Amino acid sequence: MLDLVWLIPALPLTGFLVVLLFGRKLGDPRSGYFATAMVALSFAVTVGVYFDLMSLTTEERSGHVQRLFSWIPSGALHVDLAFLADPLSLTMCLFVTGIGSLIHLYAVGYMHGDPRFSKFFLYLNLFAFSMLMLVLGSNMLVTFLGWEGVGTCSYFLIAFWHEKESAATAGKKAFITNRVGDWGFMMAMFIAFWAVGSLDYSVVNGGAAGMSTTTSTAIALFCFVGACGKSAQLPLYLWLPDAMEGPTPVSALIHAATMVTAGVYLMVRINPLLGAADSYAPTIIAIVGAATALFAATIAVAQNDIKKVLAYSTISQLGYMFLAVGSGAYVAAIFHMVTHAFFKALLFLGAGSVIHGMHHQQDMRFMGALRKLMPITAITFIVGWLAIAGVPPFAGFWSKDEILLFAYDKSPILYAVGLVTALLTAYYMTRQVIMVFFGKARWHDAHEEHSAHGDLTPHESPPTMVLPLVVLAGLSIVGGLIQLPSWSWIPHDLTHRLESWLEPVVHAHEHELTTSAHDLSGILALVAIACAVAGITAAFLIYAKHKAKPIEPQLLADGWGYDRAVSWVMGGPGRQAFDGIAWADANIIDGAVNGSGSLVSGAARQFRKVQSGNVRNYAAAISAGVVLLLLWFVVGRGLL
Amino acid sequence: MTEFPILTLLVLTPAIGAALVALASKRHPDLVKITALGSSVLTGGFSLWVLFAFEKGNAGFQFTSQHAWIRPWGISWHLGIDGISLFLVVLTGILFPLVIVGIDSHSKSMADQKRYLSWMLLLEAGVMGSFISLDLFLFFVFFEIVLVPMYFLIGGWGYEKRVYAATKFFLFTMVGSAFMLVGIIATAILAKADDGRVTFDLIKIAENADFAASTGRWLFFAFAIAFAVKVPLFPLHTWLPDAHTQAPTGGSVILAAVLLKMGTYGLLRFGIYLFPEAAVWSRPLFFTLATVGILWGAIAATMQKDLKRVVAYSSVAHLGFIVLGTFALTTTAVTGGVMQNINHGLSTGALFILVGMIYERRHTRQIAELKGLQKVAPIFAGVFMIVMLSSIGVPGLNGFVGEFMVLIGSFATARWWVTVAAAGVILAALYLLWAYQRVFHGEPDEANKDFAELKWKEASLLLPIIGLIVFTGVYPKPMLDRIEPSVKAFIEHVEQHSDYQQPAPSEPVLEVGEG
Repeated sequence: MLDLVWLIPALPLTGFLVVLLFGRKLGDPRSGYFATAMVALSFAVTVGVYFDLMSLTTEERSGHVQRLFSWIPSGALHVDLAFLADPLSLTMCLFVTGIGSLIHLYAVGYMHGDPRFSKFFLYLNLFAFSMLMLVLGSNMLVTFLGWEGVGTCSYFLIAFWHEKESAATAGKKAFITNRVGDWGFMMAMFIAFWAVGSLDYSVVNGGAAGMSTTTSTAIALFCFVGACGKSAQLPLYLWLPDAMEGPTPVSALIHAATMVTAGVYLMVRINPLLGAADSYAPTIIAIVGAATALFAATIAVAQNDIKKVLAYSTISQLGYMFLAVGSGAYVAAIFHMVTHAFFKALLFLGAGSVIHGMHHQQDMRFMGALRKLMPITAITFIVGWLAIAGVPPFAGFWSKDEILLFAYDKSPILYAVGLVTALLTAYYMTRQVIMVFFGKARWHDAHEEHSAHGDLTPHESPPTMVLPLVVLAGLSIVGGLIQLPSWSWIPHDLTHRLESWLEPVVHAHEHELTTSAHDLSGILALVAIACAVAGITAAFLIYAKHKAKPIEPQLLADGWGYDRAVSWVMGGPGRQAFDGIAWADANIIDGAVNGSGSLVSGAARQFRKVQSGNVRNYAAAISAGVVLLLLWFVVGRGLL
Repeated sequence: MTEFPILTLLVLTPAIGAALVALASKRHPDLVKITALGSSVLTGGFSLWVLFAFEKGNAGFQFTSQHAWIRPWGISWHLGIDGISLFLVVLTGILFPLVIVGIDSHSKSMADQKRYLSWMLLLEAGVMGSFISLDLFLFFVFFEIVLVPMYFLIGGWGYEKRVYAATKFFLFTMVGSAFMLVGIIATAILAKADDGRVTFDLIKIAENADFAASTGRWLFFAFAIAFAVKVPLFPLHTWLPDAHTQAPTGGSVILAAVLLKMGTYGLLRFGIYLFPEAAVWSRPLFFTLATVGILWGAIAATMQKDLKRVVAYSSVAHLGFIVLGTFALTTTAVTGGVMQNINHGLSTGALFILVGMIYERRHTRQIAELKGLQKVAPIFAGVFMIVMLSSIGVPGLNGFVGEFMVLIGSFATARWWVTVAAAGVILAALYLLWAYQRVFHGEPDEANKDFAELKWKEASLLLPIIGLIVFTGVYPKPMLDRIEPSVKAFIEHVEQHSDYQQPAPSEPVLEVGEG
């Protein structure tokens, strides 16, 4: 099966080409089922490759490279289109194709009736292809190909309803903000190539120890700039909340489960560089991650749009993953990436189901009491809520706990920030669950304003949409099993499974916990549980029991005004500066050109007067010339 | 080599075609069109023949043909083609028939149409000649011939301000050429061949001449100014937006796709090749102007209100990348630059075609007057999108390959400039996506709601270009294999005639170190 790695991205690519050519003929829903089948087949191949790789020893599975053809061979640069099948890329492929096919299936129901139904699946398959190229690339440039591919698909899909001005703007914003990060990624490649003469991960990572610390630090930090763009970290996170303009399956697939984790993947992929870099490099990453986690969580507390809450929550959870990367806990980062993919995809799809059932209402203030009308959506959403809030034994608890443990070992301050974030996460997610599924039904308030639409009572979603919810809910419950901590009451061979699976990729640079942290792990887990319970209780008292007024300051609802400040700078001074340059181009540079043009014609006009046609004037001029020449010979050259 | 004079035919076929079209009776419009199309298709066929017969590993000039012309001055009809010029010739050969058959000149009468086609063919002859001349004098003749048809094409078939634009184009280029003419004559006289005779032969001069540093620099700048205007390099670029915008669509396509490349090609083939020492010495200047041009062109493009001017300014930025790579003088960067000539020709050429189609439908190029076209013409929008992504430099399409090679290849010799120039990729996304949003997104208003979808005839004009855009992006190897040997030889030539040494490529470190 290992030789079939190429099939993993090739199947969605086939889907893309087929839907591109015959999408309109296949129509709604067949083109959707076809696209789903392609990704599902890709998942099947991935599972086959996974078992093949599993059967190998640790040494043997450190990296199987499959070369397709030479892509850019020039001078010293040799870039192959080649795939790297190792535990890390396979882990990514498994959840990209697995969750990807579930979301494809869900979208068949969600997008039903949309006039551009087949086009949606065209983009979705292209996205799956690009994402798989990203994770399977055996060198930085193939990853970059996928990296730009997913960015482009994200642009298409955010702006899918492009007649809407806000959707079009959000798509453009996502692309351009990501390009800032891409600049960092490109710089990292330039430096890496300059330092080791190759872009292959094996060479770049293998050469990490041999290059100067400055070089490895520079490559790692430039990669992190790229990661900040793609994975929506401070200060480049701005595009992700706006990306919610896209259809909800897109938010689930691209802006929660897969694409936005690409930055984390990249950092784990280059972990030897991070290990060789100056110690401040991982610290910067940990600080940015922790700061983003807390920052986004505070904003999520005051959002009323059901998807915006989840968007800020995604940013916050990605911050956790970078906190893990910066703390040297690569396994924990990947662990959280996987569990997050389960429960966040679940939450987004649940939100989509709610929006679908509510006839495109997204404001939680007009929801409430939906659990009776949408029972399956409600139950699965509640599972997702418990998972993200960190309630044991749901998946999110285990992965978040492991990150906090390593953060504690890195710095108590980072740990404290992570803990506060955990509390806020439990709080805002509880708030959301209560506002949507419990309390009084408020959807009539919104409908009274435009009640001409007939019966707008919310309804449960069709089976294609509900099935993925159930599967993801199951995964969100048991997801923690892949990496259980080594606590005395857990059977030893059930613990640290992900860690031993990923060992060939990350082991050498994975941070070793100090014994004190290790001994504290049980207590830290209890503290984390206490935090989750505190957050849930607080939200329960405020939103269900109305014991206190909600704390939702406008400042938080506006995301601390950061987005507005950036827009103001871009639209104000930024635009003026651009206008200034355009003005200078038209008036100074081109002005000089036109100026010298008129100078010449002006001078010519003066000189023309000399050519008067008057013979006496010519004769006078000639005589003057002769006299001057004679003078020059006589005086100047001393002829006499 | 006394084989079939294929290169001579590349020049003569369109030239004869131009003469025949000019002489043909205007009462036989079909005859005129068939002659024009036939000679351009034949030239295109010859160029493809050259492409397939081209020997891949050979760095030197192929298909050479040399005949004495003005013997006392050592001027000869000396043609040859190598990896650096090969694809420019092919691009010229492919684009001209497409433009001639696919783009309506909007001539007022048959006589007008006849003149248009005749000028087009003469233009093709001049461009072809410029790319394959190996004699300085001959090159100059072709380089100047190009001006005349282009001047008349802009002035005769252009838009509102065509006369201003045509004059500006002509004068700008003439001033540059004046410097080059002086440079060419001085070079020929100073660099007498072994036997003490004056020669204009490029290869002889380049092999024998090691000019004194100051002389070489003066001569280099005489050449460089002419080429910098043609490229155009910042700050000599302001003729370009006017010429591009005012030219008829066919003229804009040719101008962007091949005429500008006479500048970048000239810098490489004549400027740097003849005066390596001076070129190496002046690199910081060119790096800086190229980098400033990348950012300046992109920023100016962002603020344009006319869609055609957006594309025109984007050329300033794109050509900046090529100049940067050319002067970086590493194999990867120069190869990338040579390749980017072609890539830019394809994507910008296609963009001009598309803008021309918008103008035909709406009679405006003002961004503010266009809206929501994607809703009414999704296929048109899709084609525009692919071409735009190629221009932005999204991997998988052609634009990325050249741009990336330029940047990664230049990093070794122009690190800080590359760091700044790479930011140009952000701006490229900004100006194109913003323009795209305003033109294609949103709900179409009254004026735009009947915008016609792409027609078959239009699609057949764009399809070959899109095919090349995708193919080159996915599999550039055949192209790189043909360009690179000549570039390597070129850089070795520079190394031999200056103190420049290409930084040794870092050996891939394969051993995994400890720790």
